[in-house]
Amino acid sequence: MGDTTTKTTGEPVISLRGVTAELGARPVLRGIDLTVGAGEVVALLGANGSGKSTAVRSVIGQVPVTGGEIEIFGTPRRRFRDWARVGYVPQRTTAAGGVPATVTEVVSSGRLSRTRFGVLRKADRQAVRDALEQVGLADRAKDSVNALSGGQHQRVLIARALVSEPDLLIMDEPMAGVDLASQEVLAATLRAQVGHGTSVLLVLHELGPLEPLIDRAVVLRDGCVLHDGPPPEAVGQHALPGHDHVHPHDADAAPVRTGLLT
Amino acid sequence: MEILNYAFMQRALLAAVLVGITAPAVGIYLVQRRQALMGDGIGHVAMTGVGLGFLLSTSPVWMATAVAVAGAVIMELIRWYGRTRGDIALAMLFYGGMAGGVMFINLAPGGSNANLSSYLFGSLSTVSEDDVAAICLLAAFVVLVTVGLRRQLFAVSQDEEFARVTGLPVRVLNLLTAVTAAITVTVAMRVVGLLLVSALMVVPVAAAQQLTRGFAATFAIAVAIGVGVTLGGTVTSYYQDVPPGATIVLLTIGVFVVLTVLATPLARRRARALARGGAACTADVPGARGTSDEVKV
Repeated sequence: MGDTTTKTTGEPVISLRGVTAELGARPVLRGIDLTVGAGEVVALLGANGSGKSTAVRSVIGQVPVTGGEIEIFGTPRRRFRDWARVGYVPQRTTAAGGVPATVTEVVSSGRLSRTRFGVLRKADRQAVRDALEQVGLADRAKDSVNALSGGQHQRVLIARALVSEPDLLIMDEPMAGVDLASQEVLAATLRAQVGHGTSVLLVLHELGPLEPLIDRAVVLRDGCVLHDGPPPEAVGQHALPGHDHVHPHDADAAPVRTGLLT
Repeated sequence: MEILNYAFMQRALLAAVLVGITAPAVGIYLVQRRQALMGDGIGHVAMTGVGLGFLLSTSPVWMATAVAVAGAVIMELIRWYGRTRGDIALAMLFYGGMAGGVMFINLAPGGSNANLSSYLFGSLSTVSEDDVAAICLLAAFVVLVTVGLRRQLFAVSQDEEFARVTGLPVRVLNLLTAVTAAITVTVAMRVVGLLLVSALMVVPVAAAQQLTRGFAATFAIAVAIGVGVTLGGTVTSYYQDVPPGATIVLLTIGVFVVLTVLATPLARRRARALARGGAACTADVPGARGTSDEVKV
């Protein structure tokens, strides 16, 4: 399954080979292979406890890995330093900081992967405004994040990931507990990002409104890969005739999904 | 202003201002990380340093700084590695530190718990020139860290996991926060005392939050409150002959209560403004985000 991409760079953006991980003494990942090619949108699906969050967190180094290899942009994860290329959207938790913070302050912290210990320049402030514009929260810039709804809060976290202008987005259940209006905004934001060639790895509980964007689905069960290929058959209204599956990035780039998968 | 004619009062006021600045400046990060009581723990540990200072006839301020910094680093290490038993380990560290202080000071020649009490509850009038020099130096370090690294410390305290993915040296920054907090405890020790230090780190921040929506504003207002109450408490203790540490802490709590009462109508007005904004875009009942909205497509 290493050949899932036929795209230009050749290097997969994310590559996991035989990765195992444990939480306590319990094996959570039992040797999974997972590749995300450049410009590809891969959904990681599975029931609760199947290891999908752990898999994503192992990529960003939040879970100690007991075996296997992880590469990001072709660099072994331990030596990977170019974090500005990675935008991470964690699972939204109800726990917030103990001190109020404005939307702008939270989003600005995403820019630290570029500014590091330097000062915030004009371009950085503009990037923050752009990111807020993208998720439709420009008018809430000075509000406290605590005053936002769950869906708006999720949009703030996505803006925080986008503000470093990443080439790869990693999202953990971005649609969980998000109201319909925000789901639409999130889908549109993601579509725009994918249109610019951003690669995406996202954990989803179900495909939902993001389904048309997804190139490939990897289904986990009990820490093993159960399925790696086209998204599982759509049911419900997505299967109805006339439901348009748009892959905007196919227009300006070679299709990612080749016959290899079917 | 005859109060300024006395050298000991000049020193006391200078020390008070520095404490008023540094304690909330560090405290805001502790509150943000929901470790509001960490300052209290460091204060307990610093007691061993004060006791050692007496025993070895060296400066209690520098000895307390050294021991408090070591204690803070150990606390941070416990937080990393001691997930499940962390709180037990911290409890032992705190009470061991307190017991150590009492033990050492009683072992010191001519030492008794009476010497300790000026460090426990603060004693501005006995602040020496050496103490002031040490306090100035330490306060400069604290301000440099808490203001200079505010973006980085904010990110780490707000969302540690995300901060790691931005490539920030999270462990170093966490250690730096702990060390800075330890230094602040010893800066504040002579003014409000080790047992009351934590109040000055936490309460001005909590009071400022009643008015603010953002971190930068909370930081500025908390420091302003800190300076106000430390100066006010010091001056009050001069004229009324009351203990400065207790006066400062009670004043701070008073400010908190007043701001909380004042902020209630403010919060209501903000909520109403938000609700109006929502009604304009959705033509919906203000604030009504029902369960049906959560249904996924």
